Amino acid sequence: MLEIKNLHAIVESEGIEILKGVNLTVNKGEIHAIMGPNGSGKSTLAKVVAGHPNYEVTDGDILFNGESILELDPDERAHAGLFLAFQYPVEVPGVTNTTLLRESYNTIAASRGREELDPLEFDDYIQGKLELVEMNPDFLERSVNTGFSGGEKKRNEIFQMAVLQPVLSLLDETDSGLDIDALRIVADGINKLHGDDDGVVLITHYQRLLNYIVPDYVHVMIGGKIVKSGGKELAFELEEKGYDWLESLATVNGEAK
Amino acid sequence: MSETKALESMIGEEYKYGFTTDVEYEDFPIGINEDIVRLISGKKNEPEWMTEFRLKAYRAWTEMKEPSWFNATYEKPKFDKLQFYSAPKNTPKLNSLDEVDPNIRETYEKLGIPLEEQKMLSGVAVDAVFDSVSIFTTFKEKLAEAGVIFCSISEAVREYPELVKKYMGSVVPVRDNFYAALNSAVFSDGSFCYVPKDTICPMELSTYFRINNMNSGQFERTLIIAEENSHVSYLEGCTAPMYDEHQLHAAVVELIAMDNAEIKYSTIQNWYSGDEDGRGGIYNFVTKRGACRGHHSKISWTQLETGSAVTLKYPSVILQGDYSVGEFYSVAVTNKRQQADTGTKMIHLGKNTKSTIISKGISAGNSNNSYRGEVKFSKKADNARNYSQCDSMLIGQTCGAHTFPYIESANPTGKVEHEATTSRVGEEQIFYLQQRGISEQDAISLIVNGFCKEVLKELPMEFAVEANKLLGIKLEGSVG
Ligand SMILES: Nc1ncnc2c1ncn2[C@@H]1O[C@H](COP(=O)(O)OP(=O)(O)O)[C@@H](O)[C@H]1O
Ligand SMILES: [Mg+2]
Repeated sequence: MLEIKNLHAIVESEGIEILKGVNLTVNKGEIHAIMGPNGSGKSTLAKVVAGHPNYEVTDGDILFNGESILELDPDERAHAGLFLAFQYPVEVPGVTNTTLLRESYNTIAASRGREELDPLEFDDYIQGKLELVEMNPDFLERSVNTGFSGGEKKRNEIFQMAVLQPVLSLLDETDSGLDIDALRIVADGINKLHGDDDGVVLITHYQRLLNYIVPDYVHVMIGGKIVKSGGKELAFELEEKGYDWLESLATVNGEAK
Repeated sequence: MSETKALESMIGEEYKYGFTTDVEYEDFPIGINEDIVRLISGKKNEPEWMTEFRLKAYRAWTEMKEPSWFNATYEKPKFDKLQFYSAPKNTPKLNSLDEVDPNIRETYEKLGIPLEEQKMLSGVAVDAVFDSVSIFTTFKEKLAEAGVIFCSISEAVREYPELVKKYMGSVVPVRDNFYAALNSAVFSDGSFCYVPKDTICPMELSTYFRINNMNSGQFERTLIIAEENSHVSYLEGCTAPMYDEHQLHAAVVELIAMDNAEIKYSTIQNWYSGDEDGRGGIYNFVTKRGACRGHHSKISWTQLETGSAVTLKYPSVILQGDYSVGEFYSVAVTNKRQQADTGTKMIHLGKNTKSTIISKGISAGNSNNSYRGEVKFSKKADNARNYSQCDSMLIGQTCGAHTFPYIESANPTGKVEHEATTSRVGEEQIFYLQQRGISEQDAISLIVNGFCKEVLKELPMEFAVEANKLLGIKLEGSVG
């Protein structure tokens, strides 16, 4: 479903290369975890896949359902079924959650040939989604993320994921900022949303989340590359040993290039 | 193309009301002196007292200097080159729409304001002012049934002299400021509205101002009086063709609210704003002031200012009556080389008076957008309260936003609450919404409308759609 091939990307304004040849394949029904120390390029990878304008792809390709999406605008990628839960969700004052979600839902539905919902139908539709992440209905009429606590913002991202029903979800540090109860609720929600037809990529630097959402594969990203991949046991190994023992792997490979 | 660039180009969307109407004008001399003031008064068949009012104002004006205290620079108008009165030929006094020059009728059609009553938004009466003269006023009979007078100010001077004499200049004195004095001397047309005691005006009133002639100034004069226990809502809209030269629109608007009366005055200002290099566009120098004379009276200004090369405008309220309320809701959008210095004054004289100021400035391009507000509590204004909120939004790196709040309190029981924020329409916000499937244009529209929401919801419902559309035109367009 998602194939990232030898992806190199730079920060457009400064020319600094952040992604230095990332390879990753996600198939339907799979959950992947990408772990790695701060600053290793995890968020950048997610943003580049989603089409953030600050980054330029200088080499490699991103295929979604077999076709390159490099030329697509971020909204077109969203229409194709790509969803990014932001590490730092953005505040949009004056625009209510409902307004945003209805507009999002209907735009995506229209582009995928699904039926659009009128405001009343939409109200009914999202009630069930609220329950999924135990979200207070009051949040629907509040401005998007405005004045939300860190944890509320993260929960709101997963609520949006539930409403929009993406094909591929990139969840960037969704666990950070959540207390243990909220973490359990959000993780349960993600597990319920995930099925045989969609893929999930969890980005995290703690093993904690993986106790609740069990990944099929774990990848370690260091210095803009995936330096090691394995099964879920790799997460435990990282928990124990940290990332230091892998750092050398990154440099050796980096210089060998 | 970076997102910011795309944003700027959207805001720079072409002006849609820039066409010129081909009409034949009456001859009128250029420049200004006492004879010209008399000539204007003569054209309008005014009584002697009105001519005297004008002459007094003219003499005062000649002794005054053009102000320069605001945050804008511009080439001073050349008053000796300006034509102070400009009327299309063959439109002396109109009783039927058939007498209106078809070209002018078509102009209003193109602006989306058909003058045939059956085509109009029901429930909205329109006074159409073309250059210096009022062309037509709709729904006059229906309003008369309710006892409401709605006509052009020229007609009011002739038909209701006692009212005009009593109130004109009572809120904005002739010597108030340079442009108010000039307006008092040469004012052309505008609307007059009188709502009698215990009357709720049965429909929205509105005036559409159109400047067509390249070399003329427009000197709008509007007077609205709401007697005890009455209520009226009024809206003005403004457009002008695109010319390379600047044109002057210097208005004076006076509002008077008696006991328990309420006046809601809304403006959608979309004068031509000039080109990328600051060539052309309207100078919008306006004195608007309301007096809450009665107790529990209320005056509310709402403005959506998107046009003009230079705007200097401070719709104000004098809160004389105890428990009176003043409100100012403003959205000012500037782009290209536009300069806006706008805000309000709330002068609290009565006890328990209350004022609210919500100002939203959006600046893009190389424009400059300033909020200037003054809140004054006089010695006798016990328990006066003010709430002010001034938010600025910047688009791009080359525009400016400034806030100048002044607070003056001579009464220790007064309370003022002031909040101000500045934000930048971020690429992050746009990316976030785009990631949710929303197009770049719609994202910007959502962000800007969200930012202005508290103000837009104050506009009369009939015009909310128009306002959204205007923000749309101003803020959307071709994305590269
Ligand atoms: N827009 C940007 N401008 C400059 N540097 C950036 C930008 N985006 C990311 N970087 C840099 O790239 C590196 C990787 O960042 P990021 O992808 O956020 O890491 P992670 O999510 O793994 O913590 C960091 O050194 C960060 O400072
Ligand atoms: Mg990160």
